[in-house]
Amino acid sequence: MANFYKDNDNLKHYLNHPMMEKIVELKERNFADADKYDYAPQDFADAMDSYDRVLEIVGDICANVIAENAEEIDHEGPSVKNGRVVYAAGTERNLDACRKAGLMGMSMPRRLGGLNFPITPYIMAADMVSRADAAFENIWGLQDCAETIYEFANDEQKQKYIPRVCEGETMSMDLTEPDAGSDLQSVMLKATKKEDGSYVLNGVKRFITNGDSDIHLVLARSEEGSKDGRGLSMFIYDKRNGGVNVRRIENKMGIKGSPTCELVYKDAPAELVGSTRLGLIKYVMALMNGARLGIAAQSVGISEAAYREALSYAKDRKQFGKPIIEFPAVAEIISTMKAKLDASRALLYACSRFVDMYKIYDDIAKERPLTPEEKQEQKYYSKLADAFTPLAKGMTSEFCNQNTYDAIQIHGGSGFMKDYTCERLYRDARITSIYEGTTQLQVVAAIRHVSTGTYLNKIKEFENESVAPENEGIKNTLVFMTQQYADAVQTVFGVDDQSFHDFMARRLVEMAGHIIMGYLLLEDVARNEDFRKSLEVYVKYGQAQVAAHASFIGNFQPQQIEDYLYKEQEETSQAEA
Amino acid sequence: MSLNIIVLAKQVPDTRNVGKDAMKADGTVNRAALPAIFNPEDLNALEQALRLKESHPGSKVTILTMGPARAAEIIREGMFRGADGGVVLSDRAFAGSDTLATSYAISAAIKKMGDYDIIIGGRQAIDGDTAQVGPQVAEKLGIPQITYAEEIEKVDGKDIIVKRRIESGIETVKGKLPLVVTVNGSAAECRPRNAKAVQKFKYAAVPSEVADDEKKREFIAERPYLKIGEWSANDVNADLAQCGLAGSPTKVKSIQNVVFTAKEARKIENDDAELENLIIDLIANHTIG
Repeated sequence: MANFYKDNDNLKHYLNHPMMEKIVELKERNFADADKYDYAPQDFADAMDSYDRVLEIVGDICANVIAENAEEIDHEGPSVKNGRVVYAAGTERNLDACRKAGLMGMSMPRRLGGLNFPITPYIMAADMVSRADAAFENIWGLQDCAETIYEFANDEQKQKYIPRVCEGETMSMDLTEPDAGSDLQSVMLKATKKEDGSYVLNGVKRFITNGDSDIHLVLARSEEGSKDGRGLSMFIYDKRNGGVNVRRIENKMGIKGSPTCELVYKDAPAELVGSTRLGLIKYVMALMNGARLGIAAQSVGISEAAYREALSYAKDRKQFGKPIIEFPAVAEIISTMKAKLDASRALLYACSRFVDMYKIYDDIAKERPLTPEEKQEQKYYSKLADAFTPLAKGMTSEFCNQNTYDAIQIHGGSGFMKDYTCERLYRDARITSIYEGTTQLQVVAAIRHVSTGTYLNKIKEFENESVAPENEGIKNTLVFMTQQYADAVQTVFGVDDQSFHDFMARRLVEMAGHIIMGYLLLEDVARNEDFRKSLEVYVKYGQAQVAAHASFIGNFQPQQIEDYLYKEQEETSQAEA
Repeated sequence: MSLNIIVLAKQVPDTRNVGKDAMKADGTVNRAALPAIFNPEDLNALEQALRLKESHPGSKVTILTMGPARAAEIIREGMFRGADGGVVLSDRAFAGSDTLATSYAISAAIKKMGDYDIIIGGRQAIDGDTAQVGPQVAEKLGIPQITYAEEIEKVDGKDIIVKRRIESGIETVKGKLPLVVTVNGSAAECRPRNAKAVQKFKYAAVPSEVADDEKKREFIAERPYLKIGEWSANDVNADLAQCGLAGSPTKVKSIQNVVFTAKEARKIENDDAELENLIIDLIANHTIG
C-alpha cells in the first residue's frame, strides 16, 4: 500500500535529527506522563517509536484517502447554503479519516486531549498532508490555532475549547477585512463590551480560510475611537452560539477545496483572549508565526508532489527515441527541482526545531522558573525561530512556485492540459507566497536579522563546525559566499537611506537563505550520503544566485533607485501631452 | 444494551502482490515470500463490529484468529482501530487445517469464550477464497447466520437487521441473536488506525512473543490491557482427531497455473439450434452441468 511517510526517507532523516533528543525530553518533562496516560511514552526511544508509528498512519491516510480525493475536491469545491459552508464530499471523507485516526490537536498536551507531539513531527504530518492535497492542509492545519489558545487564553477557555479541537472540531483565524490585508492595524470589526463583561462582534471579515469553522479566533477593535493596532484585541467566537454567517465564498485560482469566506458578524457573542489591546501586537504575531511555519510545510509538500510528478513523467516520456530525462536540459531542471526541494525541507525542519525549543521553554516557564542556562537557551532559540520563520516561509514558498512551474515545463504541452496533476499543483502553489504575509512582508520581518547579524552569527556557527575532508571544497564555497554576503550587507547598510535598505532587502535575505540552506544540506550529508547530490546541485545554484545579487548590489549607486520609483507626475505630464 | 462481539479474522499472505515465488513446489502457499496482512474482508467485518460498539456503549469487540504467534500482529492492528483485545488460537495440532478443521477449532474457542451476542467475520479469506469458515462456525455452534452482509443496520434487543448483497441488489433481513454474520468486501471500509490507540497498544503481545524478554513481560503484567490471549488445542478442549491435518478431509492433489485467455471467443447466432449446440459444448467441457 502506498504510504507518503514510508516512501520518503527524508522525513525519517529529520525525525532522527540529533536535536530531537533534547526537544523530546523537554517536551515530555522527563516522561512525567508515563504513569498518568496509557498512551504516553516511557522514554526517548519509546516517544520516537510513537512518532514514527503515528506518522506512518498519516502517510497511509495521505496516500490512500487525501491524495485520492484531491482531484475530485478540486473540481467540486465547497459551496454556501443558508449562510453555512458545505464542504466537497471528499473533504468530509478526509476529515472523517483524520478524526478517526486522532490526528487533530496533535501538539496539544494530553491533559487537554492532545497527543503532546512536538511541533517537528506535527510539521512532518503537515508536509505529507500538503503533498496529498494543499487545499485540505488549510482545513486540517488550522488546528494549530489551538496553540494560540493554549499560550494566551485562560484555563477555563483552554478546558472548554482545546479538547474540542482534539476531538476534531475545525478552526479559523479571522483577521483580514476588505480594507485590512497586509495592514492589519486597520482592522475595523467592532467588539462591544456588554454590561456583564462579555463582548459582541459586529462587522465584516473577508478572505477567511475555512471561515465557517467551529471555533474562530477573531481580531477586532475593542477600543472605541482607536485607529491603530493597539486598539485591537483577540476573541474566540464559538459557532455553537451563532451570530456569524457566510455571505459568500471566493472563486479562487487554486486550493479550491478550501473555502475562503466573507463573514458577516451580527451581535456575535465572543470571549476575550488574554488582555485587551494585545490582540495584534502580541497574539496575532504569535498566531502568524505558527501559520507561517505551516505555509512553509505546505510549500515543501507541494514541492515534493511537483518533483515526483515531474520525475515520473520525465522517465516515462520518450522523444527522439529516449526518455526525456536523459537530455541534459531536462536533467538539469529535475535535479535543480530536487535540490530546491531538499534545501526547502532542510530549512523547514531547522526552523521547526528552533520553534520547538523556545515554545517548550516558554511552556516550562509557566510551571517553574527556568535556570539561567535554560533562560539563555530560550532566548537563543526564540531569536533563531524569529529569524528562520520568515526566511523559511519566504524561501520555501518561492521555491514551491518555481518547482510547480518547472513540473509543467517538464510535461510540455500535456502539462498545460487539465489532465495532469501538475496543473493543479501549479495553481495551488501560487497562494503560498502570498497568504500569511507575502514574500515581500517576509523580507520585512527577516531583514532586521540581516542588519542585526542573527543570520551571520548562525552562519559563523556552521562555519566553526568541522567537516569531513571530502566536504572541504563545498564548505570553502560556502565561506566564500558568506564573505560576499557580509560585504553586500556592509555596502547596503553603509548607506544611510531607508528606502535603499528596503530596495535591497530581498536580495540580502535571499543571500543569507542560500548560504544557510547550503550549510544545512552539508549537515545532512554528514549524517546521510543520500543528500550528496542535492548538496552539490544546491550549492552550485546558490553560489550563482549569491554572485548575481552581489553583482547587482556592488554595481548599484544608491541614487539609481530613482529609476525604479514610480512617479505620478510623469503620467500626468504624459496625459497632458 | 451492550454487546459482546467476536470478530473472526485471519492473517493472510498479500495475494494482491503475488510474485513468481508465491507457491512452493508442493503446491502450498509460500508464506515467507508474501507480506502477511489483515484479511481485507475481515477488516470490513471489524468496521461493522466497531460501529455496533459505538451505537451500543459498553460493548466489547474481541478478535479471534487462528495461526502462529505472529498472527497477534493482526490483533494489534485491530486494537489500533478500536477493538478491545483478542485471542490467537495457536497450536502445532492445528497445522494443515482445512475449513472443516478450522471451523471446528474456532467454534471450540468461541465456546470457551462463552458469552457472545454476535460473531462477525469477513465473507472469505484472500488466500483460500472458500467462504466456508463463517457458515461452518455457525453450524457447529448451532446458531443462525447471515452471509454477504453489506451493513448491519441495527441491533434492537435480540433482533438484528442486516442488509445483504445479493446478485440482483440489496436484501434486508432480520435475524435473532446470537448469530454469525459474514461481511462482504463491498461493505464500508475499515476506519484508520488511531494515533492514541497505536501508542497505547503497541506493546500488546501474546505470551510466546515476549517469552525471552523479561522486561516486556513485566511491562505487560502491570498493564492487563496489553495481554493478548494465546490458546492451545488443549485450552479449548479440542478433540485432536478433528484438528489440523487429521481433521481435514480436503486433500490438495495438485496445483496448476491457469492463464485465462480470450482466444476461444466464438460468435453465436441468436437461434435455437446454435444455442442448443452451445449448451451441449458447455456441458461437455464441464463449464456447466
